[in-house]
Amino acid sequence: MNDRVLRVQDLGVDFKLREGGLLRHRTEILRAVNGVSFDLNAGETLGIVGESGCGKSTLARALLALIKPSRGRVLWLGEDLNKLDDEALRKKREDLQIVFQDPLAALNPRLTVRDIIAEPLWTFFPKIARVQVDERVRGMMKMVGLLPNQINRYPHEFSAGQCQRIGIARALVLNPKLVICDEPVSALDVSIQAQIINLLKDLQKKLNLSLIFIAHDLSVVKHISDRVMVMYLGKTMELADRANIYKRPLHPYTSAMIKAVPVPDPKLARAASDTGLTGDMPSPLEPPPGCVFHSRCPYSVERCELEVPPLRRMENGDWSACHRAEELDLTIGSEAQANKP
Amino acid sequence: MTKTADIQAIDPFEAALGVSDVKGRSPWEDAWHRLLKNRAAVYSAFIMAFIILLVVFGPMLISWESDFTDWDYTSTPPSFASGHWFGTDSVGRDIFVRTLEGGRISLMVGLVATIVSLLIGVSYGAIAGYFGGVADRVMMRVVDIIYALPFMFFVILLMVVFGRHIVLIFVAIGAINWLDMARIVRGQTLSLKNAEFIVAAKACGVGDWDIIRRHIIPNLLGLVMVYVTLIIPQVILIESFLSFLGLGVQEPMSSWGALVADGAQDMESAPWTLIVPSVFLTVTLYCFNFIGDGLRDALDPKDRL
Amino acid sequence: MDAPAPLLEVKDLDVGFDTPEGEVHAVNRLNFSIKPGETLALVGESGSGKTQTAMAILGLLAENGHMRGQALFKGQDLLKMTTPELNRYRGSEIAMIFQDPMTSLNPYLRIGKQMVEVVMHHQGRAKAEARARAVEMLRAVRIPDPERCFRQYPHEFSGGMRQRVMVAMGLLCAPDLLIADEPTAALDVTVQVQITHLMSELRKRSNTAIILITHDLGVVAGLCDRVMVMYAGEAVECGSVEQVYYDPKHPYTQGLLNSVPRLDRPEDMDLVAIAGNPPNLLALPEGCKFRDRCPRAFEACREKPPMQLTEDRHAYRCFLGDPK
Repeated sequence: MNDRVLRVQDLGVDFKLREGGLLRHRTEILRAVNGVSFDLNAGETLGIVGESGCGKSTLARALLALIKPSRGRVLWLGEDLNKLDDEALRKKREDLQIVFQDPLAALNPRLTVRDIIAEPLWTFFPKIARVQVDERVRGMMKMVGLLPNQINRYPHEFSAGQCQRIGIARALVLNPKLVICDEPVSALDVSIQAQIINLLKDLQKKLNLSLIFIAHDLSVVKHISDRVMVMYLGKTMELADRANIYKRPLHPYTSAMIKAVPVPDPKLARAASDTGLTGDMPSPLEPPPGCVFHSRCPYSVERCELEVPPLRRMENGDWSACHRAEELDLTIGSEAQANKP
Repeated sequence: MTKTADIQAIDPFEAALGVSDVKGRSPWEDAWHRLLKNRAAVYSAFIMAFIILLVVFGPMLISWESDFTDWDYTSTPPSFASGHWFGTDSVGRDIFVRTLEGGRISLMVGLVATIVSLLIGVSYGAIAGYFGGVADRVMMRVVDIIYALPFMFFVILLMVVFGRHIVLIFVAIGAINWLDMARIVRGQTLSLKNAEFIVAAKACGVGDWDIIRRHIIPNLLGLVMVYVTLIIPQVILIESFLSFLGLGVQEPMSSWGALVADGAQDMESAPWTLIVPSVFLTVTLYCFNFIGDGLRDALDPKDRL
Repeated sequence: MDAPAPLLEVKDLDVGFDTPEGEVHAVNRLNFSIKPGETLALVGESGSGKTQTAMAILGLLAENGHMRGQALFKGQDLLKMTTPELNRYRGSEIAMIFQDPMTSLNPYLRIGKQMVEVVMHHQGRAKAEARARAVEMLRAVRIPDPERCFRQYPHEFSGGMRQRVMVAMGLLCAPDLLIADEPTAALDVTVQVQITHLMSELRKRSNTAIILITHDLGVVAGLCDRVMVMYAGEAVECGSVEQVYYDPKHPYTQGLLNSVPRLDRPEDMDLVAIAGNPPNLLALPEGCKFRDRCPRAFEACREKPPMQLTEDRHAYRCFLGDPK
């Protein structure tokens, strides 16, 4: 379990935006992803959580080299994906797949289920026999919980949950090693979310996949991740083991996000304390100086505005980008206040 | 307490139905059924079919030839007695036969020019839209420049240099019409480009040309079809306009536009020479418009035209 | 002790839509009531009919929709009213806030103008008075610098701020009933919590009854007094929030509570999903509409189950627990 498959080093993705009129214009730079680093081992699931503007979707596409990063490296099995030529990169795609957020938009409405799931097969094995393709497609459909006799139907004839299963089948048809799931359950009903999460867990075990599961709140990733990474305005705030992060987070933003999730239990919900956050999310075009989170942080001190905190390794092996990570005790349920200097 | 068949998304009812493959219902079929419910479009289609049959087979069945001058009956109003159901013109030619043969030319111009503009416009627009960047900018500036050229000037130039040949009419009209199609297709391609199923295809390593062929163009066809039904009448009108100005087809060939031009001259003395071709022209244009409207409604925007 | 008369009583509400594919039954013989000052949640997923219920009450159904039944607001049947009659209630006595604040506010008008319009129209106040009231409401929803906000356009605000403006607009005329349709669904988690806190505060201060339409069980737990769970257009369970959450009687409610990922349960505990797919409103099954997905369905479920009522007024539509 300790063989590393993916290493991301200081990844950055910038977008140039031109503002202004005919005569004067300024070019603003949107740093969607700003210095993200992490490792992923074989068979492991990393949950990436963040709210709007944190850069998680951009990160997903950069990891698959669908967007060219502006800085940093993505090393898959030791090779830098962005240094490969087009043909070599194309071959690597067999191993790296993605499942999207909107199940219906991710499927070409004019193609049958068979064509959708078979397309990767034709792309990589152009000479493959029809019978083999048919067999494999039906096998995939069974594996994701769809009836194989639906193979001639079109996406609009299925429910959202079933469409997501088709998307998963397509992602897995080439036996990839890494699957990135970009908010795969956000667009689904609550009762279907659990089906899909369980399906992904099951498939991961069966096929020994490495998964990156992206979501916008911490409760969704809790059941599937081994480790969790929290992002804010393009930067990593915390990267910790699942067993630790939910009990004692090492970053005030993580703690706020945990407190913000409404618990479906009336007594607990009524007693829930405030997140302590002040103000609104700053625009990614004008991130605050120093620690990007300091403008809303209930524990920020002068240093937080002046110095950018590096992502540091803590005693227990988890990582935190907070100057005060050691001194703050953010244990959920009993937060010992140590916030005023 | 609960069963662990949470992995299965199967409708139990379906599971009981057995193993043979279910037939799918493609978005085209859905659109077709919706179209059939649109009465205006369906009637228009029948009327169009009738006119096309008339135009193709009519002249063979009518006893008069289009260039036969019947000196007994010049400028006669429509009557059954004379055998000229729609009357004759000033030189005694039967209006009905002339109109039907003129229809052949008008409809053919419509069809050919549209096919030309389709083939050129769709591929041009899809390529410009998909690849973007410098290629797109250059290609679209070319379109802009050609668009800015005065059309009539161009046509007159062609006529003067090459004479009034019917093929030139096709060329002239086709050369201008593909521009609109290219712009529309490019716009639609731009919005399709960012759809998630296109990103999915790229993530699966599908090549650019395959993406254009398999994913982009089929999803453009709906929009293209609607525009085709609007372009055909436009083209017929342009040809009519050219003929009206005397730049269109040459005698003895005729088109609806030319007939209308002739008829307009005799408007006061022999109104039927104007009315008959005008009615055919107008009905045809209306029919195409209704069919186009019906197509637009049937191809629901939710289905991503 | 006499219970106060209900503010809104919905009786046998039926809502259907004519579509090219057939008739869609969105709501089937729905009955519920809400008392003044109470907060009731309509909980359900897609196809449950919760949004269409609210639309029907306010006369906002789409053109191809039709409805039957009664919606008695202070004794007057809203479903029988004409548009001019309804307009006297809409905005002043019954207000509604929607899910997406981006599309609910007119992007071409300044916030202040939109709010003042509402007050002047319903309460006939002079412009200056209306303006003062609007600013007061903006302050009540904790918008920093309300005077400045007054002069700005919707696109200048973030999603959370816009939603606060919507809440302020809803409460401008101190309505007796506020219907909130998924007010937090389009918001980030940390912003969502601010809005729910806001609604909780406002609830305590005024006596506005709130119907909260949502699929989020967590938000309901913190905010509501009573819950009605809907499935395929019908109410399947109804009771106080403690009853429904701590002692759910209907298998669908149980399934929902077990399938929601929760932070208060250990992570290695599995999520238990509800099998099957959301209901197809064009072809609903006979009898109990949940039976295709119910882990405890049996023979009798082919018949329509009765609504059972426990002693402490906890109602649920199921054969289980029925002595017969």
